[in-house]
Amino acid sequence: MTTILSPLPGTFYIRVNPESEPFKKAGDAVSVGDTIGLVEVMKTFIEIKAEVDGTFVEYSAKDTEPVTAGQNLAELEG
Amino acid sequence: MAIQRLLIANRGEIAVRIIRAAKELGITTIQVYSEADKEMLAVNLADESICIGGPHAKDSYLNIENVVGAAIEKAADAVHPGYGFLAESAEFVRAVIDAGKIFVGPSADTIERMGDKVSARQAAAAAGVPIVPGSKGRIDAIDEAAVVAAEIGYPVMIKASAGGGGRGIRIANNEEDLRTMAPQAQSEAAAAFGDGGLYLERSIQSPRHIEVQIVGDGTRAVHFFERECSLQRRRQKVWEEAGAECLDTATREHLCDTAVALAEAVQYRGAGTVEYLYDDASKEFYFIEMNTRIQVEHPVSEMITDTDLVQEMLLVAGGGELSVSQKEIKKTGHAIEVRINAEDPHMQFLPFPGIVTKLKVPRGNGVRFDHFLYEGYQIPPFYDSLIGKLIVHGEDRADAIRKLALALADLEIEGLKTTIPLHLALANDACVQTGAFHTQWLEPWLDAESLTKGAAS
Repeated sequence: MTTILSPLPGTFYIRVNPESEPFKKAGDAVSVGDTIGLVEVMKTFIEIKAEVDGTFVEYSAKDTEPVTAGQNLAELEG
Repeated sequence: MAIQRLLIANRGEIAVRIIRAAKELGITTIQVYSEADKEMLAVNLADESICIGGPHAKDSYLNIENVVGAAIEKAADAVHPGYGFLAESAEFVRAVIDAGKIFVGPSADTIERMGDKVSARQAAAAAGVPIVPGSKGRIDAIDEAAVVAAEIGYPVMIKASAGGGGRGIRIANNEEDLRTMAPQAQSEAAAAFGDGGLYLERSIQSPRHIEVQIVGDGTRAVHFFERECSLQRRRQKVWEEAGAECLDTATREHLCDTAVALAEAVQYRGAGTVEYLYDDASKEFYFIEMNTRIQVEHPVSEMITDTDLVQEMLLVAGGGELSVSQKEIKKTGHAIEVRINAEDPHMQFLPFPGIVTKLKVPRGNGVRFDHFLYEGYQIPPFYDSLIGKLIVHGEDRADAIRKLALALADLEIEGLKTTIPLHLALANDACVQTGAFHTQWLEPWLDAESLTKGAAS
């Protein structure tokens, strides 16, 4: 299991806008560089990217909720 | 009726600024705060405080019902909106007035009139303010846009009639560009503002940004001279000066007089800024827009005129007349403000909220630091990255730049990355020192890695 951590404090988003699908769903293949979420910090959106290949398991942080730096955002397998 | 209990409907450094001004006038201050802002300096400084909702601005500082509810609960008789958030929301002004409170700013009708590009241009033109050649009214058809653009002359800027803040502006160099971009701009404007109306104007190449500070009492208006804010990144001002050295005396007087004429024509009450583009080559200036609020960079105008603009706003909002006549407003020396943001200038200005572990504020004659920091303060990540404004006042521009460099070297904010290194590099740059810049100057300067080179030398 690999965890993806938030590099900054802010607000976590699992989709580009409220109408979109989440970036990843359970079972999706993940490649290095894939965007798995966004963290909004001081009005700037930072793309959170996978640093390893694997299979998406789940989001561990809630959509549109505050996150802290170093908080676990999502889990990958493989 | 003079204001007695003032609700400050904002946060950060401007909330601190408003509290200080109000207290000096003997006004009781009531600070609103979100759940993420309990520990902010303004809450500690205010006489009273009240929580208005969750960390996200839409649940607190942008929530009209919550802010007006707080004003009612705390029996405030007036609301100061600061800048940003609800400062230019006519709907908010109406809600405040309907609750029987004073709004510290112009009327809802004036905000609406000046907030719409087309009606603002019409008001400016009627008051004799030069405007950029542009469409007479809103444009809805692409063929119409092509005809108007040919009359105005390319390159033309395509803007949303209902838009603001530089969002969604496109520049078409020819008709082909225009026919590609106009439909995009229409759908974007419809999505963003619920109104697909467009507006075209000539794009002035490499202009300077000059603006005039005015205050009106509903009958009479005065100006506090001009500012130059040409150093911008992504259309955000980075460094601001009062006055604008590029202007000759006749142009300066004409510019300031037109701003007063516009303010009086719309019976303006409160502080406002009339913004212009200035073309160095032709010495011509053109109206861009009027901002109907106090602005971030107001301190530079205060420094050169020895005025408290926020107090002046509170006086006229309370029904008073302007405390000064135009003749009494004298300009001394030159002032510069730089915006200290919690961003890493060496990492594409990545925001850097953190804990202030050490704070050392520069002091000295003509040095001012407007901020909301204290040691141990955790800067929340939910709001703007502006954490302070360093302002210096010198005998002349060269003296102000010297003072600025010294004050920047003395300013210590540990625990965060800030834009202090950017301002130090700018203060030492030959083009900045000679004033040889315009609104398109800073971004290429940053792209050329001048910041890194400046630090190395």
